[in-house]
Amino acid sequence: MGDYFHSVRLDEEKCKGCTNCIKRCPTEAIRVRKGKARIINERCIDCGECIRICPYHAKKAVTDDFSGISAFKYKIAIPAPTLYSQFKPEYSRNRLLNTLKTIGFDDVFEVARAAEFVSEATRKLVSEGGSPKPMISSACPAVVRLIQVRFPNLIDHLVKLESPMEVAAKIAKRKAAEEKGLDPADIGVFFITPCPAKATSVKAPYESKKSYVDGVISIKDIYLRLFSKLEKTSEAEQLAKAGFEGIRWANSGGEGLAAGTERFLAVDGIHNVITILEEVENDKIEGVDFIEALSCTGGCLGGPLTVENVYVAKTRLKKHIDEAKAAANSAGYQETYDENIIWTENIAYKPIMKLDDDIGVAMKKLEELEKINNELPGLDCGACGAPSCRSLAEDIVRGNAYETDCIFKLRERVRDLAAQMKELEDMAPPVMDGSRKQK
Amino acid sequence: MGDNLMKLHYDIPAYDLTYAGEASSNVKKLLVQLGIDPVRVKKAAIAMYEAEINAVIHGNGGAADVEISSGRIVICISDKGPGIADLELAMQEGWSTASDEIREMGFGAGMGLPNMKRYADRLDIDTEVGKGTRVTITVNF
Repeated sequence: MGDYFHSVRLDEEKCKGCTNCIKRCPTEAIRVRKGKARIINERCIDCGECIRICPYHAKKAVTDDFSGISAFKYKIAIPAPTLYSQFKPEYSRNRLLNTLKTIGFDDVFEVARAAEFVSEATRKLVSEGGSPKPMISSACPAVVRLIQVRFPNLIDHLVKLESPMEVAAKIAKRKAAEEKGLDPADIGVFFITPCPAKATSVKAPYESKKSYVDGVISIKDIYLRLFSKLEKTSEAEQLAKAGFEGIRWANSGGEGLAAGTERFLAVDGIHNVITILEEVENDKIEGVDFIEALSCTGGCLGGPLTVENVYVAKTRLKKHIDEAKAAANSAGYQETYDENIIWTENIAYKPIMKLDDDIGVAMKKLEELEKINNELPGLDCGACGAPSCRSLAEDIVRGNAYETDCIFKLRERVRDLAAQMKELEDMAPPVMDGSRKQK
Repeated sequence: MGDNLMKLHYDIPAYDLTYAGEASSNVKKLLVQLGIDPVRVKKAAIAMYEAEINAVIHGNGGAADVEISSGRIVICISDKGPGIADLELAMQEGWSTASDEIREMGFGAGMGLPNMKRYADRLDIDTEVGKGTRVTITVNF
């Protein structure tokens, strides 16, 4: 897959080359070149902000096609809890899970259930101590990648537990192999996702060598298929097994509430996350043991691959949470897991902002950058294709842009040139110039 | 390594906490672009931030002069404030002369100078009552 697989991509045909996405990107990973937005691969963290902001729908997330499930003999759907919030509240969670079995899946395992296992392990880690506080959740892959490129000092703060998606996939696969006597290679586990960064995580995982998930299908892509079958599905089978704590993970604050400490902080929205992580890095956050940080506003419910508005989804999820609370599902469901859920790989700092490997060269470039930046108009208009004047200056010293890419600089040059031409035009040769005095 | 020396100057406004910390966050950004080890960047940024805030809340504003070379950063923050009468006392954690108003805003916890000492590789303080204070922070790369 290479170093830089990304789910978030550009649809060339739809892109108008406007400046909406370049200005919104939290890692300054987009430039407009030749009228089209270009994503700088090593900087992209797959947060999906550009998908949300693009008025022309030119940014898309590459997920797997539904037809891909047919490549496996035994197909298991593992839905993110966000899926429950996408449909009218009169449809119960159990009906929804049963419906997944009518559209082609042989079995279902709730990621919400795995989230409860992850919460259990998190509570243990938080109470044990030993790790630098505050511990930062690694559940949101965009936040993990953000930390990797912008907050290297916080890598040690990450809770290095696998995500509920991975844990669900592992358990579902093992159970199917044991109970049905299947060859694991014949079992396909498909994550139903609100999130493009999860698709990236499956193709290019950072916490292990290989993901247990075989495919990632977006909620958007599966929505109509489910919707048309919901009405007629029977609820014969009891598939809803997760408790309210796991379902609540879809909400901002859900994971934090289950972390086993009053001293938790929940932040959502990638730009808010950056503000908080900066405070943590500067030792400005006191009295916090656990941080839940989610890239999307509203948490996973606000994922770019969802169908329903995040606030409507929140209200709908609440009903499912309350129902699960009343049924006390997980209390009566004594399944355990014996999977190892600790990361087997780690992430390393990617210094994407570094100007050069040689500090002497980097200093020369930085001085040049400051000089150029001081001469730019400071409007951050984006017409040059870079998100700010400073980033244009940075692109220039990296050799990726010219000063005249700035339309104000270009105009200055044209004006100077015009003045020079005018001056030359005024200077007629002496044989033609009657006004010149004879010496 | 060449003898490159980068000099920067920032004015620090008096009593304006809205923009306090801007100079240090700017310097942090530059150090990241230079590819300095993240741990060193953090040390320099926090030590400078504390000195900057002190100049804002105690020193009636002032200036930051920063010199970056390939081996170290030297941050000099000077103010024309009241000066520090008892430096030994001021170096103690939790000791502060900040007003209640400043404390209500979350500053003045008496951690400024102790934090500077903790994060700087070398800290020089030059202060005179009635004249002002100059803090020089060195962090080696």
